Amino acid sequence: MKKNYKIEVDCANCANLMEEATKKTQGVKNAVVNFMTLKMQVEFEDGADAKEVMPRVLETCRKIEPDCEIYF
Amino acid sequence: MNRKQRKNLFRIIAAAILMTALHFVEVEGAARFCLYMVPYLIVGYDILLKAAQGIKNLRALDENFLMTVATLGAIILAVYSGSGDYTEAVAVMLFYQIGEWFQSYAIGKSRQNISDLMDIRPDYANVENLGKLEQIDPSEVEIGTEIIIQAGEKIPIDGVIVEGNSTLNTSALTGESLPRNVNVGDEVISGCININGVLKVRTTKLFEDSTASKILDLVENASSRKSKSENFITKFARIYTPAVVGAAVALFIIPSIVTGDFSTWLYRALIFLVISCPCALVISIPLTFFAGLGGASRAGILIKGSNFLETLSKVRTVVMDKTGTLTRGIFEVDAVHPISTNCISENPTEARQLLHYSAHVEKYSTHPIATSLKKAYPAENDGCTVENVEELAGLGIRAEVNGNVIHVGNEKLMEKIGAAWKPCSRVGTIIHVALNGNYAGHIIVADKLKPHAKKAVEKLYASGVNRIVMLTGDIKKVAEKIAGDLGIKEFYSELLPAQKVEHLEKILAEKSFAVAFVGDGINDAPVLARADIGIAMGAMGADAAIEAADVVLMDDDPLKIYKAIDIAKKTLSIVKENIYFAVGIKLLCLILGAAGVANMWFAIFADVGVMVIAVLNALRALSN
Repeated sequence: MKKNYKIEVDCANCANLMEEATKKTQGVKNAVVNFMTLKMQVEFEDGADAKEVMPRVLETCRKIEPDCEIYF
Repeated sequence: MNRKQRKNLFRIIAAAILMTALHFVEVEGAARFCLYMVPYLIVGYDILLKAAQGIKNLRALDENFLMTVATLGAIILAVYSGSGDYTEAVAVMLFYQIGEWFQSYAIGKSRQNISDLMDIRPDYANVENLGKLEQIDPSEVEIGTEIIIQAGEKIPIDGVIVEGNSTLNTSALTGESLPRNVNVGDEVISGCININGVLKVRTTKLFEDSTASKILDLVENASSRKSKSENFITKFARIYTPAVVGAAVALFIIPSIVTGDFSTWLYRALIFLVISCPCALVISIPLTFFAGLGGASRAGILIKGSNFLETLSKVRTVVMDKTGTLTRGIFEVDAVHPISTNCISENPTEARQLLHYSAHVEKYSTHPIATSLKKAYPAENDGCTVENVEELAGLGIRAEVNGNVIHVGNEKLMEKIGAAWKPCSRVGTIIHVALNGNYAGHIIVADKLKPHAKKAVEKLYASGVNRIVMLTGDIKKVAEKIAGDLGIKEFYSELLPAQKVEHLEKILAEKSFAVAFVGDGINDAPVLARADIGIAMGAMGADAAIEAADVVLMDDDPLKIYKAIDIAKKTLSIVKENIYFAVGIKLLCLILGAAGVANMWFAIFADVGVMVIAVLNALRALSN
């Protein structure tokens, strides 16, 4: 299952780091952060609940870039 | 400018003014330190806070941390050496923030530019309700609903015109500035603008399946398919920062122990920290691709990903389908040769008579050739009787027109009925006609070249494509003529779709450079998929082509093939410039910094200056 989220982040490198952090989050199979369009595509693992996974994704991302925001 | 940008701009200006003012104030010692800390904190407090948070989250080595260490280091050095030169520390922070601000502004601007270009998203649909027009969300409109499009409005959903005629502006979709006339029965595509007249359209698709939504989706997701250069930069950035920081630590420790000169080497190490930020690279490369994709879509060329832009720039072999790509795919009567007393008659009445008969015989046929005959003789309802129409499979058609038995078909049909047919020297599909069993002449029907086909081939050769191959299912004679007219040296004719794939595979095996295949997407899907890069043309509204291809040309102009390759090449050359320029300047400043030639101001240029220049250079990819 793939889902798109709107994000807010200021720097390109932080976006790359967010992508890496999201990929490592439990329940996430793959993630692509697009800094240019400020979008994040998250592919969830089978059986994972997006509503349950996304807060954890945001938490890990905030550790990297306290300013970032994910709208879910 | 958003709220955050305005606030940061204010901080930058305030700090800059304070810093300049302090330059003229003569104070020493603790007072001087306190005064300089004011602009430093105004411009850098958020960086310091983020750095602290980074340390708390065990995430050192981010740019906030690096900037904090570099500036605090410079301040400590100024206190320690007693020089009281705090300007450098404030300047590093100030310029770092200017760089960040500029980056945020430039990217916001280009985001805005590109979304303006792709301003095809319809906001509402007009639906008639009890004699009144109501604006509703297009995603709520069901298939088969009649919607009203007034002059100046965007068509929100694909459909068929049931009432009214108008002129449409398709430039947002195709890059074509010439408006298109539409009438009742014509299909219209969402994203076009209705210039004049009111149209009533019955929708044939849901909003999310309509052309405008599909294209927007495609363009927005395109930069998520990352290119090799982008992946390289991401990896490079991951190694670069720790490596430079490591070098900074080594540069501080080893020479200070050896020489005992603590402050000189600390200063040089701090220069390293300022240069270690990978921003210029990390931002300019994706921005270049993004701008390139945006520029291409303005020209009516949709490229499905940065990776395809990269491949497109390496294309040296272009394989093309003939029908629908180089030719219009619409048959037209090329010549009419009535035969009387065994030679071609020049009499126009006889020619007209021949067309007249054949158009009537083909009256009920929907074959493309029949359509071309009917089009050449439009006065169809002239009161003539057409009876006993009989389709003869693989041969042609027999019918009685005004009591005369007419046969229209190929040579085999003529031989079957014993008519003495004559061959024709012209190239095309030859349709023979017999009147009451006697040969009456033939009509030559041919596909016409597209207006820009020849120019497209010339441009491709001139731009460095060294091999153009035409593949076609058509007969050899026709293929030979078209290839000759266009100056294509290599062609293969009478191919079935599977054989086209075989030929393409042979070409792929022979070449080290990328091979592009261009087709009209209708029956070329396997070939489009097999090529290094599949280009579908004339795809406006053709879903299958949008799905199968990597690059979609919205209109059917073959010149766009050249244009697409040209845009790709330009984008990739900007990418290379930025990589070499940014890495080069940074390495140079590192070396000069280690040698003691470069000071902190060099480091600021290597960090912020390079980033600004790289971003400006990246934006060049948008215009073409």
